[in-house]
Amino acid sequence: MELRAKREIMDQMAIKRALTRIAHEVIERNKGVENLAVVGIRRRGGPLAQRLAQKIEEIEGIKIPVGILDITLYRDDLTTLASQPMLHRTEVDFDINDMVIVLVDDVLYTGRTVRAAMDALIDLGRPKSIQLAVLIDRGHRELPIKSDFTGKNVPTSKNEIISVMVTEIDGQDGVHINEHLDQ
Amino acid sequence: MNFERRKDLLGLKDLGREEIDLILNTAEPMKDILKRDMKKAPALRGKAMVTVFYEASTRTRTSFEIAGKYLSADTVNLAVSTSSVQKGESLRDTIKTIEVMGFDLMVIRHSMSGTPHYLARNTKMSIINAGDGANEHPTQALLDLYTIREKKGTLEGLKVAIVGDILHSRVARSNIYGLTKFGCEIRVVGPSTLIPPEVEKMGVKSYYSLDKALDGVDVVNVLRLQKERQETALFPSMEEYANLYMIGREGLKRAKEDVLVLHPGPMNRGVEISSEIADGSQSLINEQVTNGVAIRMALLFLMMGGARDDEVAS
Repeated sequence: MELRAKREIMDQMAIKRALTRIAHEVIERNKGVENLAVVGIRRRGGPLAQRLAQKIEEIEGIKIPVGILDITLYRDDLTTLASQPMLHRTEVDFDINDMVIVLVDDVLYTGRTVRAAMDALIDLGRPKSIQLAVLIDRGHRELPIKSDFTGKNVPTSKNEIISVMVTEIDGQDGVHINEHLDQ
Repeated sequence: MNFERRKDLLGLKDLGREEIDLILNTAEPMKDILKRDMKKAPALRGKAMVTVFYEASTRTRTSFEIAGKYLSADTVNLAVSTSSVQKGESLRDTIKTIEVMGFDLMVIRHSMSGTPHYLARNTKMSIINAGDGANEHPTQALLDLYTIREKKGTLEGLKVAIVGDILHSRVARSNIYGLTKFGCEIRVVGPSTLIPPEVEKMGVKSYYSLDKALDGVDVVNVLRLQKERQETALFPSMEEYANLYMIGREGLKRAKEDVLVLHPGPMNRGVEISSEIADGSQSLINEQVTNGVAIRMALLFLMMGGARDDEVAS
């Protein structure tokens, strides 16, 4: 599948500013950080969750728990996948019962990943509430899901691909729009 | 790395090292699920599996069944002793009947080597070998590898002694196939009548002296002495066997201080292993059973957790 690079929509500074704003919004919405935890969805939600927790700590001076969720076992497209899905560990080493959980992902698109993540989370306990923070909302929802905290709204066509890069995984920060050539 | 979904698991002989790593890595998150309050994930919802055991089993059959249930598959056990097999139905007809009920995967244990291979060629269902004669018992070896890797951090270059009835042991064969792929030094030890001469062709070294075989090893895998074989006079008596080959405190002193002791079960206490060692701090026997569930969950997910090639719309 060939891709054509179209343009960069966020650079390192823009991502940093977005996360700083989201950190403030999370604290404001929840009137502090009591019983608050951040859980990233593998893969790129993981590092973003770490950074968000770090920002929150810088602002409030309180360390909050961070976890990583692997949603492979909860996907709704397992029976149609041709290639072998890779399973990784879920690393949520704290009790989520009665916590306010902020789920973090890089891109919100159909909403199916978030649906799977909520099911995966609820199998770990019964949080008081679940909120959603995403770096990019690109539209085209297929489920009744919306984000509570959004880095940037990016209207896209379905031919386009949003590619988020984070230093921890990709060696650099940035968000790009690419386009399928064969469609 | 990308892997094709595997239809059958028949033995470790024809599994590559990368694929063994994939199975062991997939078992890690599965083990996490076993430790949760909520021990169920929806990955295999709508899939069906059947266990068919023509030989006795406690842990293997039960652990396959619970592994399937933890992943939301429907699991059925065909009790061979009360089935139409007793009315003389052939294996092939039994399997065909099961297939047309819509099962996706069958776990089979049979006293005849090669039975799972024969079935795999004659059915669309996935087949997992849960022990075929004296040939292979791949899921036991995978859980042994997992248990060793979890404790030692790696399998690379370990010295492993496999003790007892090597001749009749499918556990030994599968372990040898698996461990040699990771560059382990493998020693097999037992009475000369229970060590087949060809075994050294599999890349292992034979010993008849327990003391020499245990010298400096990282792992001792103790096999069950198959009492039913005693009539064939391959060894004089259980007492004699225990005197020479039982794993006890004295003998283990020759091994490394942090030696791990494995046994696939069921144990003959006081014959191939002393109770002191079986229940001692070096013993991983209970850990093996837990890991067996995780390994089987991993395999079921890898083999059933998605569409097969013939089902994917092109």
